[in-house]
Amino acid sequence: MKNIAAKQALPNHVALRVSHVSKDFQLPTERVSSLKGALFNIVRHKKSGFTTQHVLKDVSFEIEKGDFFGIVGKNGSGKSTLLKIISQIYTPNKGSVQVNGKLVPFIELGVGFNPELTGRENVYLNGAMLGFTKTEIDDMYDDIVDFAELGDFMEQKLKNYSSGMQVRLAFSVAIKSQGDILVLDEVLAVGDEAFQKKCQDYFFQAKREKKTIILVTHSMADVRRFCNKAMLIQDGIVKKFGSPNEVADAYSSSFLEQEGKQLEKENEAIRLEVGDGVRMTDVVTTADGEKNHQLDINQDFSLVFSFKCDRDIEDAVLSFSLIDSQGRLSLSMASSLDGKDRVFTTGEHRMTFDIENIFASSDYRVDVAIASGETTLFRQIGIYQFQIKNALRFNESMTHPRVSMTLQ
Amino acid sequence: MEITEIFTKKNRLLLSAMVSTDFKLRYQQSVLGHLWSVLKPLLLFSVMYVVFIRFLRFGADVPHFAVSLLLGTILWNFFNETTTGGMMSIVGHGDLLRKIHFSKYVVVVASSMSALINFGFNFVVVIIFALVNGVRPSWSNLLIIPIVIELYILGLGIAFFLAAIYVNLRDLNPIWEVVMQAGFYATPIIYPISMISSRAGSYGPLMAKLDLMLNPMAQIIQDARHVLISPANPTLWQWESNFFLACWPVLFTLIIFVGGISYFTAKSQYFAELI
Repeated sequence: MKNIAAKQALPNHVALRVSHVSKDFQLPTERVSSLKGALFNIVRHKKSGFTTQHVLKDVSFEIEKGDFFGIVGKNGSGKSTLLKIISQIYTPNKGSVQVNGKLVPFIELGVGFNPELTGRENVYLNGAMLGFTKTEIDDMYDDIVDFAELGDFMEQKLKNYSSGMQVRLAFSVAIKSQGDILVLDEVLAVGDEAFQKKCQDYFFQAKREKKTIILVTHSMADVRRFCNKAMLIQDGIVKKFGSPNEVADAYSSSFLEQEGKQLEKENEAIRLEVGDGVRMTDVVTTADGEKNHQLDINQDFSLVFSFKCDRDIEDAVLSFSLIDSQGRLSLSMASSLDGKDRVFTTGEHRMTFDIENIFASSDYRVDVAIASGETTLFRQIGIYQFQIKNALRFNESMTHPRVSMTLQ
Repeated sequence: MEITEIFTKKNRLLLSAMVSTDFKLRYQQSVLGHLWSVLKPLLLFSVMYVVFIRFLRFGADVPHFAVSLLLGTILWNFFNETTTGGMMSIVGHGDLLRKIHFSKYVVVVASSMSALINFGFNFVVVIIFALVNGVRPSWSNLLIIPIVIELYILGLGIAFFLAAIYVNLRDLNPIWEVVMQAGFYATPIIYPISMISSRAGSYGPLMAKLDLMLNPMAQIIQDARHVLISPANPTLWQWESNFFLACWPVLFTLIIFVGGISYFTAKSQYFAELI
């Protein structure tokens, strides 16, 4: 591996050191994988038919022996690329990776099996690839088969295995082989419930026994449960490094930001309809006097309707409903509930509802209607959307109890 | 990645695991199994024997030309298998390369080893055939060993080149097929080299010499026939008095080998992302 900077020897307690790793991919705008394409490009004097994608930018971190290290990040954030660089499958453009001991990767749901070989032969071939000798594999073999629960199938060809069995065997090879560092990419979705339970038990055990494990996952519950250290990668840089709880929170809130923008975009796209002599000009939620469509849990807010009447509306009622993301009615309210008769005079009005926030976290949609007596003048479903943010503490007060009924 | 990496214990273990896997899987689910690795060139040989020796009367002036034809065929087959198999080997193991780090050299070497084993079987058949045909064994027959080593190095060097290029350029497969087809006719296999010198007019002797000099396979097959079957098969070092020119094919082979390995080394770190 090319490395200009002099490598310092890893101290004994460090399992893995990633220093200043950058990785670019040349993405051809039009991939040339045939001679015809290559010739055409030469004829056209076209060479720069690719764009450079900076997947990792100057990533540095250190994992100590005995760490259960979680790597989280959105899809496309560069975590799988980082994992492949750690496992020496990809070569970084800049920087270096130093590993203390033998590293066993489990990437893309497998370690690479040959379908024509039997389970036993595959285990031995795989062991050889991971760098184990035959006697070493002999010692691990029973353990692997035991964990995979495939005792009766080991002499069968792998092509006769179900896909779940294949993954189970691959996973068992990875975790039961006596490597020093285990690198796992998205594994807890593997296998049936019993096997998942087994994996969880193994993880707890591994954590107690202080095995060095690097786990890439989208499950923040797993990060909180198993890891003692974690890292959030966003757009190719280390956004957060430290305690699993902090990293998991940062990961969740990084989604909120995105969701908020998405919500805003959707709100802007809603066309306000025109009713019979009345039209809605604006709907917003505000909190603490400011426009806000992403509310904290328990943060009281106001729902403000601005509308314009072309004529006086007698016996006027504005009613609205809040519907959560599962389509359940969470609040229904009308301006007539205070018992007063109202007239919406010609011109612009603004009606504000101050709402005590006891809602569960979800996306909510607002449906609104304006009526004069029994006649509906304006009605629009989904005129506005807002969100009550996901949080560790859940609002229990606003629940949707299940009711069952029997008729005798 | 260092070239010395090939010889670590880990890689030797991996190499033997891959070669034995390949051997096991090669003819699985076929009735005749490994007999095919001998049967295939023999059947091919019978066809060529009938067409070129019986019908077209090639090599009537060369002693034991039928044995020469068989020897040339299996040497060429070995070369073809090493280069074509090597070319496909890296892409064929793409699934593995994307999941686990291991020496890429091992993949190409393993595929060439399989070809070598195959060649071993065939070579036994050639020896039996030669003895039956009345070729007298002698100590100089042992010179076939360095010749086979030269052939192996040539094939492996080209295989490294092809394997690295094939990752990016899949057109190479049909191209190489055609190159091998052309090479087969440009090499004295179905005809003796004397045919070039005697039938190509006044330029004949020069053409024959050029073929031996520029086509390492021609030199290898000619040398093999010379040491194994009959000294009546002329070789380059008989025709060329200049020491350097006589050694040129060997040097050429070494250049191809070193070039192939260096090219492969330079490209191999990006295989996983390109496949």
